[in-house]
Amino acid sequence: MSAHAAQHGDPNKLGHGERSSSELGPAPKRIVVAYGFWIFLLSDFIMFAAFFAAYAVLSSETAGGPAGRDLFDLPLVQWETAILLLSSFACGMAGIATMVRHHVWFQVSMAATALLGAGFLALELYEFTHLIGEGAGPGRSAFLSSFFALVGLHGVHVALGLIWLTTMMAQVWSKGFREDISRRIACFALFWHALDIIWVALFTVVYLLGVRS
Amino acid sequence: MSDQRHDGQHTGDDKAPGEKDETESVSAAIRGYAIGFGLAAILTIASFWAQGTGLIYGPGVPVALVALAAAQMGVHLVFFLHVTSGPDNTNNVMALAFGVLIVALVMVGSLWIMAHLNHNLMPMSAAMEMGR
Repeated sequence: MSAHAAQHGDPNKLGHGERSSSELGPAPKRIVVAYGFWIFLLSDFIMFAAFFAAYAVLSSETAGGPAGRDLFDLPLVQWETAILLLSSFACGMAGIATMVRHHVWFQVSMAATALLGAGFLALELYEFTHLIGEGAGPGRSAFLSSFFALVGLHGVHVALGLIWLTTMMAQVWSKGFREDISRRIACFALFWHALDIIWVALFTVVYLLGVRS
Repeated sequence: MSDQRHDGQHTGDDKAPGEKDETESVSAAIRGYAIGFGLAAILTIASFWAQGTGLIYGPGVPVALVALAAAQMGVHLVFFLHVTSGPDNTNNVMALAFGVLIVALVMVGSLWIMAHLNHNLMPMSAAMEMGR
């Protein structure tokens, strides 16, 4: 049975053909590595779920201090959202550049991803320093503790992603699109897109629902 | 065997998470990301609009916001992470479904239990009154 027939045969019978998938031997490393990283990302989502749950439970416990509707600056959040979405798109372009092994395209898209990610972090740091300056730091109330923990956890992920991103740029620069480096780029792209998914949950639950309650 | 590579590994029927269709042309791949970007932008703008507008019945706004967020996460998963319902993606989708189950249990469970505790426990001020 040729690979062609296996790919274009009955889609509901894949892996149930003449040869079982266990007879085909181990899956390619590309799939094993990305699948393992996918499992890690899902466990990361579960950690974020715990922080989201803490925030949702504590969001009304302001201890007489400011609530979300007094603090949140929606235009700033709009900018953060737009920048992170553009960064995700640029990361996708870098993924395509990896597919066709185009150096200039890759470096330009990764640099755009990095600049947009750094811009997002700068806006978030501005927001945090602004809040702390107003006396609404993480020590003010349970609401603010959980707010800084949740948004800060996302920010830490973005910062780690930026370090990973520049490492990948340097590795492609010095070693080219080697098999192992391409696998790392694929994992990085998964990580960066996953951070954007978490930000969607975050701006909805924390900011949009927060200014209403 | 045409589906055996030189390293003795099969090319397989599965796709890695985030893996694009290899037969896809570069322009089609870019178009995929552009469509995803456009849909995500529309949904984001709709979320911020729904928050500020008076056109939607007040108590319905949180429902609309959650629905828009869920839709946008779906758009990200399909167009950026390339998670599809195809048979080559079964393992990725099963893992995702398990992750979503645990996330839902943690979120709903916490909110449920804490709401009941808040409801059944004496308010702090009343407890302090009794201690006197």
